[in-house]
Parts: sequence; structure tokens; C-alpha cells
Amino acid sequence: MYQIKKVKELTTNIYLMDVEAPRVAKHCQPGQFVIVKIDEKGERVPLTICDYDREAGTVTIVFQALGASTQKMAVLEEGDYFRDFVGPLGCASEFVNEDLEELKNKKILFVAGGVGAAPVYPQVKWLHNHGVQADVIVGAKTKDLLILEEEMTAVAGNYYPCTDDGSYGHAGLVTSKIEQLVNEEGKQYDLCVAIGPMIMMKFACLTTKKLNIPTIVSMNPIMVDGTGMCGACRLQVGDEVKFACVDGPEFDGHLVDFDQAMKRQQMYKSKEGRAILKLQEGDTHHGGCGHCGGDE
Amino acid sequence: MADVLKKVPVREQDPKVRAKNFEEVCYGYNKEEAMEEAARCINCKNAKCVQGCPVAIDIPGFISKVKEGEFEEAYKIIGKSSALPAVCGRVCPQESQCEGKCIRGLKGEPVSIGKLERFVADYALENDIKPEKPESTNGHRVAVIGSGPAGLTCAGDLAKMGYEVTVFEALHELGGVLVYGIPEFRLPKQKVVAKEIDKVKELGVKFETNVVIGKSTTIDQLIEDEGFEAVFIGSGAGLPKFMGIPGENANGVFSANEYLTRNNLMKAFDSSYDTPIAAGTKVAVIGGGNVAMDAARTALRLGADVHIVYRRSEEELPARVEEVHHAKEEGVIFNLLTNPTEILVDENGYVKGMKCVKMELGEPDASGRRRPVVVEGSEFEMELDTVIMSLGTSPNPLISSTTEGLEVNKWKCIVANEENGQTTKEGVYAGGDAVTGAATVILAMGAGRAGAKGIHEYLSNK
Repeated sequence: MYQIKKVKELTTNIYLMDVEAPRVAKHCQPGQFVIVKIDEKGERVPLTICDYDREAGTVTIVFQALGASTQKMAVLEEGDYFRDFVGPLGCASEFVNEDLEELKNKKILFVAGGVGAAPVYPQVKWLHNHGVQADVIVGAKTKDLLILEEEMTAVAGNYYPCTDDGSYGHAGLVTSKIEQLVNEEGKQYDLCVAIGPMIMMKFACLTTKKLNIPTIVSMNPIMVDGTGMCGACRLQVGDEVKFACVDGPEFDGHLVDFDQAMKRQQMYKSKEGRAILKLQEGDTHHGGCGHCGGDE
Repeated sequence: MADVLKKVPVREQDPKVRAKNFEEVCYGYNKEEAMEEAARCINCKNAKCVQGCPVAIDIPGFISKVKEGEFEEAYKIIGKSSALPAVCGRVCPQESQCEGKCIRGLKGEPVSIGKLERFVADYALENDIKPEKPESTNGHRVAVIGSGPAGLTCAGDLAKMGYEVTVFEALHELGGVLVYGIPEFRLPKQKVVAKEIDKVKELGVKFETNVVIGKSTTIDQLIEDEGFEAVFIGSGAGLPKFMGIPGENANGVFSANEYLTRNNLMKAFDSSYDTPIAAGTKVAVIGGGNVAMDAARTALRLGADVHIVYRRSEEELPARVEEVHHAKEEGVIFNLLTNPTEILVDENGYVKGMKCVKMELGEPDASGRRRPVVVEGSEFEMELDTVIMSLGTSPNPLISSTTEGLEVNKWKCIVANEENGQTTKEGVYAGGDAVTGAATVILAMGAGRAGAKGIHEYLSNK
């Protein structure tokens, strides 16, 4: 059993929790994820790691309560327990193992959509702690849905919020902000890391490809075990089939077949009978964009 | 008087009824049936059946106790060699092991050793007969990775020798393939698997779930930071293989591992669980092994029409004879000498069918089996909504890639000595599917036993 040490509702339906899981806290790195299971009969829900405290032995998760499992999770309170909490799973972000001096010369742009700000945060924080300042674009539908703003500004080089409705920051999609920075402000980036709903990552990649910026995305397809055993999370990346759980979750965004990945995400959505599954993408950090192609 | 050349028949659920439920297919023997069957054993002096058993159970010994009605004594004899008799009595391929060597089998049917083992083990579970526990531990700590048949056997054996053993399991339930892979109707989870694991716990073995070795911690850290003096790796088989044909990433194409895990471990068949499963209405399972039979019979129970598609002929089916027989009885259709070439996908990305070719058997290949070759012009289509790939697995690199000095072979399986499980890294032993590639429960148990022996020798001489 894994105790919840802190709960915070970041915005409507988006929750942050610190969970006591010493083995995960001790070993996790930016880019990795965990799988949580609320009780005996619950699903195994993959969630990206938002932060960790190695000394306190806690791991911070952020999720949007949309599907059956995440809605159950949303009513948990401080002192409650998850039955299962396993990780860290997947590979660390590539830069974690890069030569630090080379890394310091790199201009890195992070692009986060919706709850995607949560997995972006530990990466930006890690870079900040290692003397690398990265720029961060965070997009949301409207101002109230932007999360982790205070945390992000503390570790980002430049912080660029964007809202679809223009209620705050740049008015428009994150892709238009990328273009503005590069084309109008003359910014140059050696690497882009885009994390958010699949549709957002797809379009971010189309934009960065046009601008010749190598781009990493974090994929969060349907998963079961998260250790390579089931193959549910397979993706077409270039001419190879990759398992997101063991080969990823981060991949070269210019090689990922997003259209296929989005179709695969629909797997349990359009079937009758299991209405409870209708909002499956809410179980993941990709939820919340409203246009993942999920049943609204 | 019963025909002494034939096995005492075992009672089973009616095929028509069981094809719609997940209750156990075989009811097993009762006392009278078991004693009658045991009486068929002629108690050979140089018993061939024992040689056929990967863990060398004293088969004539336990059967003679069954004959006398001394079931607890029979259990103790089995317990000396096997930690999981209720499992093995159900899932071992007896026809190619103990029963395949039985002298009775030369003229008539062999003694039903598997069913007798199951009877004795179930008797012990029902009557709560506990294994003998050592009075004190020897203070030496051993870590076992994986709670499947290899790990459980190794842990149980070491605990009996007085070691303090902790088993680390990556999933949220204990049992490995016994819970995620083998279906309820073949191996009941609560009634059999959980109780067998309880017996290992009673020996003093500790278990920690949700620990992925290679991620949550590493073998080196277990040794250096957590004070384990030796490690046994029984992490099982690995990543599912796919065919590499067009359409394989369509919705409705699953690995057998995924389909079975959703249903067995995650209990998708029980609507009180949150697990989704696309059961399918027309299902093809590609492959002919035990896992393929399990997937096919699971899909059948979830309400589908099910085909086994296998590229060789019935003779080459690698599955246990009993599984093939049960699958046929229940209504699984066998499309033998058939090989898929493409999965047909609709505009939304879901499976709508499969293109296949007919095969014929040519010259024997490296495996000694006749190589299937395509019959020209035999292409045809099957209408389907679900395809389950059951083509075996390749080893999981999580442990080998994070453990310095642990050698793997060209198939990426961990290199280990067959006699004692010793790997190329000091203090680290391995066995089961992680070493051999996908094999059977009993072979994994044999390897777990060998590993326990190897670790005992290592720590005794250290």
C-alpha cells in the first residue's frame, strides 16, 4: 500500500498528489512514468512523474479526472492509499545521460499542452538544477486551466503561456507560438521536447519539422503491465515497431506515426457496452485538450 | 471390474456448458477414483516415470501411499521434490514426461500420474496440511526475482534450507505466468495458485510486489545496498513477438500476452473489475502452442467464434494433447496448414479480416519438423474482428541491460549453468524462461530447484 501524503486540486478536475513510494522516489528520472492501481478491481493506470523527493521518499503525480479510474482517484484524500504504485518505468529522457558541457551549449524548447505541463516540469527542473536554462511554452484552453505556472516559471529560462481563447499570454495554439519565436523573434533551438495530447504533439512536430528542430515527444498509449510483456503500447516509429513502455516513452517525434497512435488510443472507446471506458484518455496525461478524438 | 489397461476416467465439465464459463474444466479424482487409479501402478523398481519428471518426484512412492489411502503421506513424498504440486498436476505435459515413460503405457494407457498428483495436492490444500518449516533461519539473505514457478520453487527450497528469502515481483499479484498467463478454467487462482503461494509464505519467504528489477532497483543495489548475498533471477519470458505483416498495429490485434493478461490477471471476464477487453465476435488465434490454446478457449468463453490458425499440421501442434482435445470439444475451429499474410483494416483502424495462404509440409527443417511451404495460388480471406498473435516471446532486456557482468547469449537469454543456475556474475543465479526462452512450468520449477541448490553450495563455501 502506498500512502498519499498530499492532495491539491490544481484546477477543475486536475489533481496533484504526493505519494509515498521510496523505491520509485529513489530511482526515478525525468521522462519516466509510474503505473498506479487504486484497488483490487481497478485498472493499471500509467501516469507520468511530475516531481520527486528522494529524501522524503515521495513521488508527485498529476492527473485529470475524466475516466472511471481517474474519477475514483480524484476522491482520495491525504492519508488514503493506492493499492499499487509501480515504477519508475520506461527510459529517462535522453539528455539526462548526455555530456553536461555539451548540453549547456544547447538551446532547448519545451512545449506542453494541458496536463502535459506535469511531465515537462521535472525535465525543465532537472536542466535548471544542472545549469541549463530552457524555454517553455505551455498551452491551455483558457487561463484557469493552466497548471504549475509558479513552479514552471521558477525553473524555466523564458516562460510563454498560451491560451486558445486569448484569456492569458499568447492568444492561440502552441504551434503558432513556436513559429512566432523562431520566425519573428529569431530564436534558434537545437532541440524541442513536446508533451501533451497526441493531436497537439502531432501538430507541434509538423511545425518543428518545417523549422528543422529535432523534436522529442512522450507517448502515452494504452498499456497494461508497463514492463514490455503485453505489447498493447506498440507504436510505429519510422520503419520500426516500438513498445512505449520499455523503448520509450520518449521518441523522435518526426518519426512517430501519430495517426495510427491516435486510432489505437480509440480502441476501447467506440465499443458499446463498456460505457465506463468512454473517456479513457482521461487516465493519462494526454487528457484535457478536448480534441484528442475521444468521445466528448 | 474396470479395464486395467485404461485410466480411471476423470470427470469434466460438459464441453457445451464450460465453453461459456470460466470454472475449472476438469474436476479431478475423488478418493475412490484416486485409489482405484493408483492400484494400476505396478511400482516398477527402476521407475522410468521418475526419470521423465524434471524435478524427479518419487512417483511410485507417492502412488503407493495413495493406493493405501494415506494421502498426507503421499503429499509429503511429493513435497520433497515439488513446491507446487496442485499446479503441476494441472499444467504439466505429462504425456511427454512421466506418463510418456510409464511401463503401463506400453500396453494400454499409462497410469494417470498427473491426475493423481493433483488429487494429492488438492487433498493437502483442502485439509490444510502445511509444509514443514525450518526451526530457525541461518541468517543468510537471498533475493529472488519473479514470483512465477521458477522463483517460487527456488524461494521455497531455500527457505526449507534455512535461508531468509525475499521475492520481488514486478506485477501487483504474485504467481507470474500462473496468474497472468494460464486461465482460470485451467488453473484456478484463488483455490489453487494463491494457496500454493501461501504455503511458500508459511515457510517464511517474504514477498514484495510492484518492484521492477532493473527499474525500481537493480541487482547490484540488492547486493550492495540491501545486503542480499545471492540473487536468483526467475523473471520469466519477455516481449511478445509479432509477425511483421501489414495491418498488425490495427485495433483488434493483440498479443496473446495482452489478451490473457487482461482476462487472467486483470479479470476482464468479471464485470466487477474495471478492466476493458475487446472480446471479439470472430477471433483468429495465430499459433499452436499452449498459450494459443489458452487464448482461443478464453475468447470462446467471452462469446466469440474462434479459429486457431497454424502453419503446420496437427501432428506438429506444440500444445499439450489435452489442451488441443479440450479446445476441439469446446468448439474451437482449427485452420491448420494456414498462414496469415496480411491483416485487413477498416477505415477507422479496426480489424475486418485476414488474408491467408494454405501451406503444405516439405522437407524437415532445423527443428526436425517438416517445413511448411506456401501452396501457390491458395490465397484466401477470413472475416474477423480480432486477431491474437501467439508466436512466443523474446527475452526482456530490463535485467540483463542493467546488470554489469551478466552475460546473455545470441538470443538475449541469460547464460546460466543448467546444473546449478550459475550465471557469469558472482552470486547471481538464474533459471526458467529468462534462461531457456518460453518453456513449461515444470521446467522452470526444475531450474528454480537447481538454482536453490547452486546458491546453497555457493553460500556454504563462501
